Amino acid sequence: MSEPILEMRNITKTFPGVRALSDVSFRVAEGEIHCLVGENGAGKSTLMKVLSGVYPHGTYEGEILLKGKPQRFHGIADSERAGIGIIYQELALVPDMTVYDNICLGHEIRSGLTVDLNETIKKASEMLTKVRLKLDPSAKVKDLGVGKQQLVEIAKALSRDVRILILDEPTAALNEDDCDNLLDILRGLKRDGVTCIMISHKLKEVIRIADTVTVLRDGRTVCTLDAGKGEVSEGILIKHMVGREIDDIYPKRAGKSVGEVALEARNWTVYSHGLGRTVLKDVNFNVRRGEIVGFAGLMGSGRTELARSVFGNPDGYRVEGELLVEGRPVRFGDPRAAIEAGVAYASEDRKKNGLILIQDVKQNITLANLRALASRGVVDGNSEAKVAEDYRSALSIKTPSIDQKVLNLSGGNQQKVSVAKWLFVRPKVLILDEPTRGIDVGAKYEIYTLMNKLVADGMSIIMISSELPEVLGMSDRVYIVSTGRITGELSVEEADQEKIMRLATS
Amino acid sequence: MTLKDLRSILRSNIRDYGMYIALLVIMGIFTIATHGVFISSRNIANLLNQTGYIAVLAIGMTLVIVIRHIDLSVGFLSGFLGAIAAIAMTAWGVPGWTAVLIALALGTAAGLVTGTLVARVGIPAFVASLAGWLIYRGALLLVTLKTGTIIIPDAFFNAIGNSYIPDIMPKEATFLPELHKLTLLLGLAAIVWFNLRSIRERNNRRRYGFEVLPTDMFALKLVFLSVVLALVTWVLAGYNGMSWTLAIVIVVVAVYHFITTRTVLGRHIYAVGGNPEAAELSGVSVKKITLWVFGSMGFLCGLSGVLFASRLQSATTQAGTLFELDAIAAAYIGGVSAAGGVGKVTGSLVGAIVYMSLTSGMNLMGTDISLQYIIRGAVLVAAVIFDVQTRKAKS
Repeated sequence: MSEPILEMRNITKTFPGVRALSDVSFRVAEGEIHCLVGENGAGKSTLMKVLSGVYPHGTYEGEILLKGKPQRFHGIADSERAGIGIIYQELALVPDMTVYDNICLGHEIRSGLTVDLNETIKKASEMLTKVRLKLDPSAKVKDLGVGKQQLVEIAKALSRDVRILILDEPTAALNEDDCDNLLDILRGLKRDGVTCIMISHKLKEVIRIADTVTVLRDGRTVCTLDAGKGEVSEGILIKHMVGREIDDIYPKRAGKSVGEVALEARNWTVYSHGLGRTVLKDVNFNVRRGEIVGFAGLMGSGRTELARSVFGNPDGYRVEGELLVEGRPVRFGDPRAAIEAGVAYASEDRKKNGLILIQDVKQNITLANLRALASRGVVDGNSEAKVAEDYRSALSIKTPSIDQKVLNLSGGNQQKVSVAKWLFVRPKVLILDEPTRGIDVGAKYEIYTLMNKLVADGMSIIMISSELPEVLGMSDRVYIVSTGRITGELSVEEADQEKIMRLATS
Repeated sequence: MTLKDLRSILRSNIRDYGMYIALLVIMGIFTIATHGVFISSRNIANLLNQTGYIAVLAIGMTLVIVIRHIDLSVGFLSGFLGAIAAIAMTAWGVPGWTAVLIALALGTAAGLVTGTLVARVGIPAFVASLAGWLIYRGALLLVTLKTGTIIIPDAFFNAIGNSYIPDIMPKEATFLPELHKLTLLLGLAAIVWFNLRSIRERNNRRRYGFEVLPTDMFALKLVFLSVVLALVTWVLAGYNGMSWTLAIVIVVVAVYHFITTRTVLGRHIYAVGGNPEAAELSGVSVKKITLWVFGSMGFLCGLSGVLFASRLQSATTQAGTLFELDAIAAAYIGGVSAAGGVGKVTGSLVGAIVYMSLTSGMNLMGTDISLQYIIRGAVLVAAVIFDVQTRKAKS
């Protein structure tokens, strides 16, 4: 290993009641792409926050060395000055401002008292070229897709002359094309001498791009693997991350029995006033009892719009077409009507619109079906607690108590709370939108097992997923959605990744 | 139990107790500064009566802020509705209780109008209620244009803001002379009920295997709160007993406390405040909840208008001026969060009492009005700083 540009020695960080990092050591060689992997709650983000000064010097033990020199960061400004840039999972761009304003935000180029607009645009254009983004720098960020926003974010970091770029799950919200593009750009940065540290849950990507991989587990460094020596493979990474061998990440279902059609849509056409275009055109699909139907497609293909327009249409789209639940035509005016008819939808973004983070586990689980626990409008606190406890143990939600705020739970456990909420309405059809996004391998396995159990009990599941292996591993049937149309329907036996990708991009 | 345990439990629950401690400190300071006048039965009775019309507004405002909105129109709406009640009695000749019902009904309707603008038309609450502020102010001036101040002759109506609940025994009775016996009895009943309920709830929680306070701490808490209740009762009984205003405020707080903590409606309100999108996707109609909350705010404006007009025994052209800001301040002192989803109605009641104690105490001390505003502003900021800090410490 060449001289490390960055070394973190014996980092220990404790929060009240939790030791998030214990004695973690982490070495990054200059100019490499170093991936940091581990289950949720393993301490990856905490470690990066220590590095970037979000947790200032003195709130942790251990030392940080840049090129052998000890550093004391008291805030992000300090680490930025030292050449460290960090890009968070949730993008930090101002949607209503232009691309150039965003790139130079906080480091405005001035001439006298005013901002030098021409210089700003010139600088922004240079940075956009670096990330190979062909784009008018005066476009507004809100008009860009997620993939492009991510690149703008990287351009912003590069404009600060970063030597070390930290990316926290940069590809979590990207489709395959944008992912490939991003990975290419990281390789380009590497050639320019920028060192990249990338946190990722997508092991395939890690294998493609990493020079070195460090695995964290339970706040400790498990190992550091050198890709050049062929030490990195999916099996090895998973083994180190979970500390056990998972022979099959997609549990098999015993005895499939598919029944009557539970939900069917015919000639479903959805027009969005907000976007000013038809987002779905003449879509036909169905799901049967005891069946998991996967909806594959790229980000922005219209899958989430499809789910939400079926689930009572809270966005106020103009919807045409027929919807049938167990053969009977239905029309839902709002999500409540859909829930009452036995359709449930667990949204793709649990923090934004799935959970009420400041409320506790119990309140989140019972929210959608509170009336079942009430007589004459008064909630029975005791039976509510009992329901919450039942789901907590049935789904093995890891929380000190059901009175814990959901805010304090890890991603996987938050997702379980979200699923528990929908199980409590006892739906006939459960729509899961990206059910395993951003959660660790162990929690994924538990969610998959739960899904299998639910369909075995006669529920129907629609699973929207951008992870092809997951679609192939879990579905009985797959619909492929591309630019608002269903471009294909495949049984799992005839489906493979290439076929799906071809249909998804057609 | 050691003093250390006590301190650690107090510290971990400082958010819940902080306001009560602040209230005791403020009351203590004023009692010393006024050589005991502040804590006298007469002054406390007056203080609570003055708090009434702000307290009911603060309770409604709490829910409005919890669902991430604001209502600036409540002050002049309350003043306007008080004037309407006065006109109903003087010009239309309706009895006092009918005038009260008219004010409550009109208030609810006005609240629903604001609610409709916010929930269905999508106008920001700040703007919709600012328009209301202007309109109700104009309306108040309009209806009092000819008459100016309207003197209210109705005895029933005026009793609401000025009289006290009747006693079961004459004041001169040999048993506990000079004390209001029914107030004592009610206070005693409240203490017994409170203790029994706390014990039952604790046993229930324990049966479910949930965490409860240690027995000695729990006993200490009960004793402490019982003593506070007993003191308040004793102080009130020493003057004329419980006023009708206080009785109304207690009923309103009890009803709203029950709704917010125990009912589906209350839980839906807090869900909408905590995350409107998630609530909508969980089958909670954000529009309906918004209408409910603004409707309740309007209803309480009617009540506040009645309390104020009754207290003055007249409707004036200036009634309700700045009530909205007093109510908002009381709600924030009481721990409601502008980010939504957090805030208790009991907190806002205490907030209102804190706020009015400042006014009352400083008036007794003869503090100049200029200084009074500055001190009230400082207390508001201090309360919110405390709130933000303790929230940070917890998360």
